[in-house]
Amino acid sequence: MAIATLPTKACAVNPLKMSQPIGGAFAFMGLRGAMPLLHGSQGCTSFGLTLFVRHFKEAVPLQTTAMSEVATVLGGYENLEQAILNIYNRTKPKIIGICSTGVTETNGDDVDAYLKLIRDKHPQLAKLPLVYVSTPDFKGAFQDGWEKAVASIVELLVEGPNVNGLRDPSRVNVLPGCHLTPGDLDELRAILEDFGLRPSFLPDLAGSLDGHIPDDFTPTTIGGIGVDEIASMGRAGWTIAIGWQMRRAAAVMQARTGVPFRLFERLCGLGPNDEFMTFLSEISGRPMPSKYRRQRGQLTDAMLDAHFHIGGRKLAIAAEPDLLFDLSSMLHEMGAQVSAAVTTTQSAVIERVKTEEVLIGDLEDLEELARTKHCDLLITHSHGRQAAARLKIPFYRAGFPMFDRLGAGHQLSIGYRGTRDLIFDIANLVIADREENHQPTPDRWRPSAALPLASGHRSAAGRSTA
Amino acid sequence: MSSLAATVQDIFSEPGCAKNGNKSEAERKKGCTKQLQPGGAAGGCAFDGAKIALQPFTDVAHLVHGPIACEGNSWDNRGAASSGSSLWRTAFTTDMSETDIVFGGEKRLCKAIKEIIDKRDPPAIFVYQTCIPAMIGDDINAVCKAASQRFGKPVIPINSPGFVGSKNLGNKLAGEALLDYVIGTQEPDYATPYDVNLIGEFNLSGELWQVKPLFEELGIRILSCISGDGKYREVASSHRARAAMLVCSKAMVNVARKMEERYGIPFFEGSFYGIQDSSYSLRQIARLLVERGAPQELLGRTEAVIAREEARAWAAIEPYKPRFKGKKALLITGGVKSWSVVAALQEAGLEMVGTSVKKSTREDKERIKLLMGQDAHMIEDMTPREMYRMLKDAKADIMLSGGKSQFVALKAAMPWLDVNQERCHAYMGYVGMVKLVEEIDKSLSNPMWNQLRRPAPWEALAKAMVHMQSPVAAIAHDPALAEAARRARKICSCNTVDLGTIEDAIYAHGLRSVEAVRNHTNAVGGCCKRRIEDVLASAPPAGLQAAE
Ligand code: SF4
Repeated sequence: MAIATLPTKACAVNPLKMSQPIGGAFAFMGLRGAMPLLHGSQGCTSFGLTLFVRHFKEAVPLQTTAMSEVATVLGGYENLEQAILNIYNRTKPKIIGICSTGVTETNGDDVDAYLKLIRDKHPQLAKLPLVYVSTPDFKGAFQDGWEKAVASIVELLVEGPNVNGLRDPSRVNVLPGCHLTPGDLDELRAILEDFGLRPSFLPDLAGSLDGHIPDDFTPTTIGGIGVDEIASMGRAGWTIAIGWQMRRAAAVMQARTGVPFRLFERLCGLGPNDEFMTFLSEISGRPMPSKYRRQRGQLTDAMLDAHFHIGGRKLAIAAEPDLLFDLSSMLHEMGAQVSAAVTTTQSAVIERVKTEEVLIGDLEDLEELARTKHCDLLITHSHGRQAAARLKIPFYRAGFPMFDRLGAGHQLSIGYRGTRDLIFDIANLVIADREENHQPTPDRWRPSAALPLASGHRSAAGRSTA
Repeated sequence: MSSLAATVQDIFSEPGCAKNGNKSEAERKKGCTKQLQPGGAAGGCAFDGAKIALQPFTDVAHLVHGPIACEGNSWDNRGAASSGSSLWRTAFTTDMSETDIVFGGEKRLCKAIKEIIDKRDPPAIFVYQTCIPAMIGDDINAVCKAASQRFGKPVIPINSPGFVGSKNLGNKLAGEALLDYVIGTQEPDYATPYDVNLIGEFNLSGELWQVKPLFEELGIRILSCISGDGKYREVASSHRARAAMLVCSKAMVNVARKMEERYGIPFFEGSFYGIQDSSYSLRQIARLLVERGAPQELLGRTEAVIAREEARAWAAIEPYKPRFKGKKALLITGGVKSWSVVAALQEAGLEMVGTSVKKSTREDKERIKLLMGQDAHMIEDMTPREMYRMLKDAKADIMLSGGKSQFVALKAAMPWLDVNQERCHAYMGYVGMVKLVEEIDKSLSNPMWNQLRRPAPWEALAKAMVHMQSPVAAIAHDPALAEAARRARKICSCNTVDLGTIEDAIYAHGLRSVEAVRNHTNAVGGCCKRRIEDVLASAPPAGLQAAE
């Protein structure tokens, strides 16, 4: 049982965390024809935009109300009105998702009231959904923004019962956490469809940020779940929520529509997938498809092959709570020791991470912990590459942002197949590191007195792996 | 804030900036940037600009005072290069929380400065102000002053909250901070008549190092590069330079001009993009140094180096010219360095279909006109959709731009090259120019494009299949259907006799004459006689036999 430790430093060094508003905007990117809009100064938006583009290597729609210093003093009503009208006229979106920022929150802009005024004044907007989420930069983190945005979308756009008649037991709603990649969503879709289920993903990044080439240029999102489909989610037989962060949205869905939900805290690893498949078999009334029986066999075999390499590794990991819990649990089950764990924000899953302590901190904390605890495997987003190079230990990139490698959107870690591939990737990394940096030499068989004994197979002469 | 407002105002009346110089007093007061368009704006904030301008000082700790948005979302996103310290790549931020917003963030800032000094002991700390602490009234000037005294170390306030304006304004605010707190505060170990400053050069992808060897060969010392691969001590003693070059953009024109005013360092504006521009710049530097007392012979040596380098570069580019024949390029950059890149591309034989001039000054535009002709297609503001159309309709063969618009080209399956800050290659100087041409060629001639532009063959097949489902096609592919259709053909127009009926009668009864057929069928009109004869004539004897 891990305890969550709060930071004591005044200065965050090499931040792990990203801001809440862009997490909220990210959720809107999984809606079709959407334009996410940050209510704040334009720099915040431009930084967010660059971040998404570097990660996905895709065009990303994101707009700003471009608050100037003067506008900040006067309040943001006019900028918000202008922005909505400009977006409406220029890009003809199906929905605008609005997230506040630190600037407008410090200012105390009452966006809900603004939106009412704007609607009253401009009847042409009557049919355009405007979803607002309060996401100050100085609170929470990326994951919190996503969580809030999805809950707000459910609250505002899903129609209550009695409107659309009967439930369709073959329909399921899927509420994925922001730690799932478009590739993960595709895998999930295939699994559900193989059980004869018809899933609606909210949000559906697989439709918008999976890197396909659309037929024409659109300034809004090029895919994702449509507003109509969201409205009809109350007709599904079940809601499946993935990651603790989605509990709230699932509960809101149930409260509005009566659709029961099941929360899967993680989908990486043998146990969680067994549970998941059993559940799908149950709700679909179909036996496990033979394809997945085979995949399960392959995963167990992969675990056998890889445990020699992953077992006993001392893992240093930094990620947002759900991803941290997901990956560290799987590796713990493969025999790795979670020696250093750092995360961005409070969450109920933190205490279930298989380690003594999870620090809410930054990458400097991770690096220091990894050094003092002699960790020999590092997992975090791309910003960890400098630390890994200094520590001279193998580095696996996971999470957002992943800007220095290709294919971030397609990285797969869920399902039997995804877990299998992830295990192979990590084990291969460890093998390569051993071959390159830890080959035995005659003078190395007994560690010199200067080297800490605990470091085991690490060596002072090891070369950089990054 | 009032001192910041004064600084901003001061920057707007910068006489060194041609764009401002041409404005009326009233216009100038309004400032450089057009009022930003809510819902239609893109681009960084003033903080972004300040950070971009100063972060290439590599041994300095850059501390961002604000909530996580400003630094957490942006750090380590530019490819400047360092020959020494990597401290600049470490992100420091106060990551202000709600409590700080309520009670003020100055205390946290003080502590953060102390932590950095305790842990890293850098030669200086640059503290960047962002929007939220500015709104709640954190006085970073005061905090930095106190910290400098207490720790005996320069702690420099960079007053650049994002909402005061654009990235470009931020560049200048950064420059003001250098002028106010850094430049002239230390003395160089020694001075030579060959000392120069480069201002506004950021050493992206290490491209400064592509021209530095030429300086060294000529015996010219870069006393300080502001700010690419820069060290704090160098910029602090940069006031002893004999001449300065303002590199390409006007980002730091205020620094160049005020250094001229304060320390009598003459400067010129030049660029190292393109062969002729590189030569021009080297010549100017030599000339300014000689004017300030360097030996005359420098000019001759410079000419010799230029002649050698130009000859080499031209020879290297020559083979590409036929390959680029008829190829058209579209150049979309912020516009600040458009003219120099245009010159470079034309040198390689590319045709320019247009270039953006969004941030270009009037002077820049005149230069472009000189290069591209009077009716040069200058793009003030082009929507991504328009760019996409232009490429899709093959009005251009390659687009060169910054990273943000790359997908416009790539999704149109057209070659694209990054000429902005996130690029992987260095394009400076004579070597860089050859590299740029090489990269354009690589991109244009990549066989991938043809594969990509070809629609999947199954698209054609799918179309054919749709076609097959039409009645005609269905018959063509199904013998039974075809036979039925043949038999249903009418033999005469007056009575409803079809070919099938007549054939059946012939086969069934072994008929041989028109008369006989008429007796067995409805074919009694006159019009069908010829056709029945035809049928009788073509009826195979084998068929008859079988029928009999
Ligand atoms: S606009 Fe202000 S709050 Fe936003 S990134 Fe720039 S400095 Fe930070």
